[in-house]
Amino acid sequence: MSLLNVNICGVDFKNPVIAASGTYGFGKDYTDFFPLERLGGISCKGTTLLPRLGNPPPRVAETASGILNSVGLQNPGVRHFISEDLPWLLEQNTVVIANAAGSTVEDYSENVALLAQSGVHMIELNISCPNVKEGGVAFGTSCASVEKIVGAAKKVSGNKPLIVKLSPNVTSIAEIARAAESAGADALSLINTITGMKIDVDTRRPILRNNTGGLSGAALLPVAVRMVWEVRRAVALPIIGMGGVTKWQDAAELILAGADAIQIGTACFANPFAPPELIGGLEEWVQREGCANIAELSGRVRPW
Amino acid sequence: MAKQVFARILENRLIAAAAYSMLLECPALAREAQIGQFVHVLCGDKPLRRPISVCRVREAELTLVYAVRGEGTAWLAERTCGETLDILGALGNGFPLLDASARLLVVGGGIGVPPLLDCAIRGGAGHVDAVLGFRAHGQVILEEEFAAACAGVASNAEPAGSVTVCTEDGSYGTGGRVTVPMEELLRKNQYGAVYSCGPLPMLKAVAETAAKYAVPCRVSLEERMGCGVGACLVCSAKIRRNGTEEYLRVCKEGPVFNAEEVCWE
Repeated sequence: MSLLNVNICGVDFKNPVIAASGTYGFGKDYTDFFPLERLGGISCKGTTLLPRLGNPPPRVAETASGILNSVGLQNPGVRHFISEDLPWLLEQNTVVIANAAGSTVEDYSENVALLAQSGVHMIELNISCPNVKEGGVAFGTSCASVEKIVGAAKKVSGNKPLIVKLSPNVTSIAEIARAAESAGADALSLINTITGMKIDVDTRRPILRNNTGGLSGAALLPVAVRMVWEVRRAVALPIIGMGGVTKWQDAAELILAGADAIQIGTACFANPFAPPELIGGLEEWVQREGCANIAELSGRVRPW
Repeated sequence: MAKQVFARILENRLIAAAAYSMLLECPALAREAQIGQFVHVLCGDKPLRRPISVCRVREAELTLVYAVRGEGTAWLAERTCGETLDILGALGNGFPLLDASARLLVVGGGIGVPPLLDCAIRGGAGHVDAVLGFRAHGQVILEEEFAAACAGVASNAEPAGSVTVCTEDGSYGTGGRVTVPMEELLRKNQYGAVYSCGPLPMLKAVAETAAKYAVPCRVSLEERMGCGVGACLVCSAKIRRNGTEEYLRVCKEGPVFNAEEVCWE
């Protein structure tokens, strides 16, 4: 066992650094910079049962220490993902997490059922996308609908661990986490983007054609750390923390707050080498702390 | 292949109202950059890089010409000689190379003019004419460079290529839109291609004008961009291919598209 090796729901990750869904495509786009196998895993772009065109541009706006996006789940459909993208991904010696989205309970179920029969290692249920008119975050913001969608997905997810990706756009993320746990979630990932808006004061138009979008980037980190901390105290499930990670110290905060692994996304846009830099920093941190493995530091914040 | 390069700034000077020309030493990219490709420039601590088309490649040096539009490009304008710039490149699909028998018409608007300079110089065409549009005299850039480029590529048998500068307010050159002199040239000469870059309404008009004369037209599109390497899907352009409309990535399938495939909205 190495310093950074972690195990989540029986799946071995060589390190706890995972590319976040929606920021890393299906893994090929960053391979000019370094091979995908450096990463602990990749959470693929969210796929839906049928292909989706996505929202009209502009789809991105820069904000203070963050960005807003409104891609709207543009994807080629889960069948295309399984036949065209997955075979290559499975040869890359990294954990492959499929991200499943949808608009109705039925198409979530059918999507997850197809993924359950594929070679993916884990399934991340996306009930927190803020950029689609139906489904997405609508399923993730009440305990009743979380239980319904997670229960339905769990019925068809077979032997694939089911990670439920939580939205921060809720009153109590701990309650949502408990609902996901009681409905059978195997792990949780959090947080997705916070819904935001940016207006051009000259034209009085929102920058995003969708008017609103999801905020990601460094600005999110303290919210993510707080929410991971709250969820850690609410449930016993493994937690994959994300939101605003740009350097190893940010990842360390999420781990101390209770995460078992972390995802990194927006930071790669400015620094494509952020993931390997993070891995190096975490390794030195674990050594400095005198631990045999990073798991010993998970949840070890010393709150006042 | 995309790479990260720390390029030394050799020059960064104001060349027109809010437009700067930056000369970079970066042999690794200069060797590979094709006409119409772009580099993705880190601007201080901004979360997003800024995509800037390559204006000119010469030996180990790249020239970028950019307009100051916001905080990122304002930061860029403050850089001085000797500093290094963190850039990713060369990215995207540029303009196709032509052969010496082809006559090329480049039509640029505003800050869309710079990438067309290298098309004129390195595009392979045996004869190049340029129509360059600006809002007003104060915005005119690269006129001399285009004059030299269009003269330089003419074969002995041909007269030198022409450069027509237009200003919307008539304060310099020909008054009015680029499509008027463009159409005169299309009537007079047989072109192998029209290459264009500039604001969307101009590109649409240029595409329509080229189509009217049945000349193949390529346009370089601009869109707010994220990763620059195809991963995040924010810089989309609606493209019609094989009868279906889809959003393609400006950073990966573009920035240069076949004008006939672009869904102008």
